[in-house]
Amino acid sequence: MYVAVKGGERAIDNAHALLADRRRGDRDVPAISLDQIDHQLALGVDRVMCEGSLYDRELAALAIKQARGDMIEAIFLLRAYRTTLPRFGASESINTGAMDIRRRISATFKDLPGGQVLGPTFDYTHRLLDHTLTSDSDIAPAATAPADQATFRSVADLLAGSGLIEGQAEASGEVGDLTREPLSFPAGRDLRLQNLARGDEGFLLALAYSTQRGFGRNHPFAGEIRYGEVEVEFFAEDAGFAVPLGAIALTECQMVNQFTGSATQAPRFTRGYGISFGQNERKSMAMALVDRALRAKELGEETGSPAQDEEFVLSHSDNVQATGFVEHLKLPHYVDFQAELGLLRKLQAEFFERQAQSGTPKEAIMQDAAE
Amino acid sequence: MSTINSQDRGNDAARESLAQRRAAMAVLAKAKAADIARGLADIGSDVAFTDARPAEIGLVMLRGRIGGDGAPFNIGEATVTRAAVQLETGETGFGYVLGRDREKARLAALCDALWQSEAKRKSVEDHIIAPLRQQQQERRALAQAQTAATRVDFFTLVRGEDER
Repeated sequence: MYVAVKGGERAIDNAHALLADRRRGDRDVPAISLDQIDHQLALGVDRVMCEGSLYDRELAALAIKQARGDMIEAIFLLRAYRTTLPRFGASESINTGAMDIRRRISATFKDLPGGQVLGPTFDYTHRLLDHTLTSDSDIAPAATAPADQATFRSVADLLAGSGLIEGQAEASGEVGDLTREPLSFPAGRDLRLQNLARGDEGFLLALAYSTQRGFGRNHPFAGEIRYGEVEVEFFAEDAGFAVPLGAIALTECQMVNQFTGSATQAPRFTRGYGISFGQNERKSMAMALVDRALRAKELGEETGSPAQDEEFVLSHSDNVQATGFVEHLKLPHYVDFQAELGLLRKLQAEFFERQAQSGTPKEAIMQDAAE
Repeated sequence: MSTINSQDRGNDAARESLAQRRAAMAVLAKAKAADIARGLADIGSDVAFTDARPAEIGLVMLRGRIGGDGAPFNIGEATVTRAAVQLETGETGFGYVLGRDREKARLAALCDALWQSEAKRKSVEDHIIAPLRQQQQERRALAQAQTAATRVDFFTLVRGEDER
């Protein structure tokens, strides 16, 4: 238990001043600007927005700068900031089918309407350090090609057309919101997806990996991954209609998984779904795998693997909660520890007393313990 | 019968008008405050207005759909700034924009109010919306062309062991 302590104000003030000094670092090196973070560390900004659960590039860049690049600290800062703002309401449902595509690939169909476009990707790079980046060398503008305006029809849509994949259940009642109501179990898929969308990328990646290695296998194919910009609309009470708010960048992953069928239903593929703010394919893919693993019970599959355990996954996915509980251990626990120390001393005294009565010299015991 | 038809036509016109207004709002939402201000300066609007709702920063929960096409769920929030202005001629304009730029929300609201005024609509469309729309379309076309240059044609190869 943590008991409040007093004192140390000056030390704390000085420690924070020292933090500010170290954050700025060598004054001969130019300070980094929020624009530089936003543009040149863009994927870091994406991750902080996603797990901070707040879409605002400038704030995420500020959080990264303030946190000295510590991503979880930056995510924490963003989560804390959002609590200071009123909520106007919820947006209309975003239509990812109408996304202005910057990347779209499928591992299941090589020829699909709209085609496959790689976009800005690390895929197929050799992962060799590029020493030309140590200086500010000129980068040639990206190549262009005539763009046909064909819609990028989704792979799930293609399969659904031929009845080969499950449909999605229609809306039923209120949309769960774990920022308003604490999570309880069993949780609906809406709450699970909200939890996973803001969940720690590393945690979800490890869980997703575990399903591939056999702990809750669900035979996935990356049906489609798309990244691009989508329009957001919000029904404004005062205006009386849905107003356009602008566009945000999203990455969506449609995982196509092992099929299921029953006496009354023809066999068909099942689906896992992942989505993240900005460009974050790893997170979206991991989320889709975990979403599918969490549906094991619903689909009548064998359960028991960590990724299929809803309470385990959803209770431990949030890195702000996790870091809070792990890191609180470093706060003064003096009273707690004094109590334990007192108990331990008492137990030791009793032990030595028993030993003395049976004739073993105390020094010999201490010697044993030391060895 | 004829009354129903005229009513339908009226509804169609209203729908059409709202679609145009929303399209203008969409352009404003993606524009920079300074560019909107420049457009407003160009049309030299001298209509007096009051702040019906001073610019306010808040959050909107962004909703996705399960599987992309199913029931809604909450992805996460976004910062949004809203404002409303009223012209002395009575029109109330609304500005709702992603981000935390109060000035932009207020300018967008003013443009929306002016857009609703029959006398001002054309100059708002021609001098503010049209140039911004063109700028945005050019940016979008460039991004689409750069994306198109990364189009791949994967083809599967016949493996040796399949040939007999």
